[in-house]
Amino acid sequence: MASVATATADQIPALVCEDIHKSFGSIEVLKGVSLTANEGDVISMLGSSGSGKSTFLRCINLLETPNAGQVTVSGELIKMATNKKGEYLPTDPRQIEKIRTKLAMVFQGFNLWSHMTTLENIIEAPIHVLGLSKAEATERAKAVMDKVGIYERRDYYPAHMSGGQQQRVAIARALAMEPKVMLFDEPTSALDPELVGEVLKVMRDLADEGRTMIVVTHEMGFAREVSSETIFLHQGRILEQGPPKEVFGNPKSERFQQFLAGNLK
Amino acid sequence: MLDLEGYGYGIIVEGAGVTLFVALSSLFIAVLLGMTAALAKLSNSPTAQAIAGIYTTVIRGVPDLVLMLLIFFGGQIFINNLPDNLLELLLYIGEKTDQGDALKISMAPYLDWGYIDVNPMIAGILTIGFIFGAYMGETFRGAILAVDRGMLEAGTAYGMSKIQITRRILIPQMMRHALPGFGNNWLVLMKATALVSIIGLSDMVRRAGLAAGATREPFKYYLVVALVFLFFTTLSIWFLKWAERRYSVGVRRMS
Repeated sequence: MASVATATADQIPALVCEDIHKSFGSIEVLKGVSLTANEGDVISMLGSSGSGKSTFLRCINLLETPNAGQVTVSGELIKMATNKKGEYLPTDPRQIEKIRTKLAMVFQGFNLWSHMTTLENIIEAPIHVLGLSKAEATERAKAVMDKVGIYERRDYYPAHMSGGQQQRVAIARALAMEPKVMLFDEPTSALDPELVGEVLKVMRDLADEGRTMIVVTHEMGFAREVSSETIFLHQGRILEQGPPKEVFGNPKSERFQQFLAGNLK
Repeated sequence: MLDLEGYGYGIIVEGAGVTLFVALSSLFIAVLLGMTAALAKLSNSPTAQAIAGIYTTVIRGVPDLVLMLLIFFGGQIFINNLPDNLLELLLYIGEKTDQGDALKISMAPYLDWGYIDVNPMIAGILTIGFIFGAYMGETFRGAILAVDRGMLEAGTAYGMSKIQITRRILIPQMMRHALPGFGNNWLVLMKATALVSIIGLSDMVRRAGLAAGATREPFKYYLVVALVFLFFTTLSIWFLKWAERRYSVGVRRMS
């Protein structure tokens, strides 16, 4: 994986994050994290809790505003500047809204809209944000519901489905945006162990299709077998980065060895 | 059925119409003010928070009757004294800035609005709306806080604007939490409309009072009024139950 070097003019990376810093109060959670995802890359982000991996993911679509650094999506730089008070903020809210449609997120707690059925959850943003007609959005929804295997549940409300089904609905909702990059924030962490498999299978299928994905996860199997690049984050810094074979086969840092030992037990 | 003699049921029915109109108009104002107050209290702006804070504290801390009298009688005098006070102020500014009477004379025609009689209907609606806006504000604030942050965040993450998130997610989600408190406020509001009879509005209560005085049969007339109120409130409770069911779709029930 020479993702940084091979990016040429006709092959614009889907996502570039440069030197992202984030502090909450006096605690510096991210101390300069960079990442480049080319089309079709599946990047797994590992790390113990508190390592900053979820915060980093949330900085990509600006659910958290980074204190420094730059995010570029398909060649479009998110415009940010320091204001009079010295706060580093996005300058164009419209641009953020537009870019977020290209970065569909799947949350740990699903975050489905509980007053809407499966179908309504999936067509909501395509209609009201992308401006599709109801017929077009429904057509799109059918295809993505089929793909994740929840077509039969299209008229169910989230509360009447299992966690695994809800997370597949959430993935379908993300797919319906036809995003450039999919962001997964610990998508299986809130699931019962026997439901993890069905969600991982869907994610594996998406990876095989060539979707660009950034996956924050604790699933070592997924990171090792499916991803094209693995990143290990510790205390807000990248300690390991590279193809999973190298990272898992020959860990450079003692911290990652400990992490693996703890996780493989 | 009760025999209402010369007064008949007609005047009570007409009065009930006035009561209902005052109640619904006040409700409209209360909901607007309440939603504004709730959003202001939950906003990041310290100024908005402070204004909303003063509003809900003052209004909820003063009896409805006192506020009604203050706004109706006090407001009338305030409005009618306003031109004189403003002209005096202009004269003072003129002296200070060496403009003499020029300022006062130039503005005088605009400040001559004669004697204004405050319409008791409008005063009543504004007062009740203003009072219940404060209660609605607290009800809505609690309801907004009860909405799962994750659902709002999902709206943000999918590129929705703040207005879209409010309309498409926040309001439908908060309805379920707001309805019980909203229903309470509405019932109290409807009954508070009886206060407008004091400032001379011909609502159901005032008409019944006049009839009761003339016939010396207060029990009969006030009983009818009580039954009409009970009818309105019972209808409201049915409607609220229906609304609660409607906004609870997708909520798992305990079996």
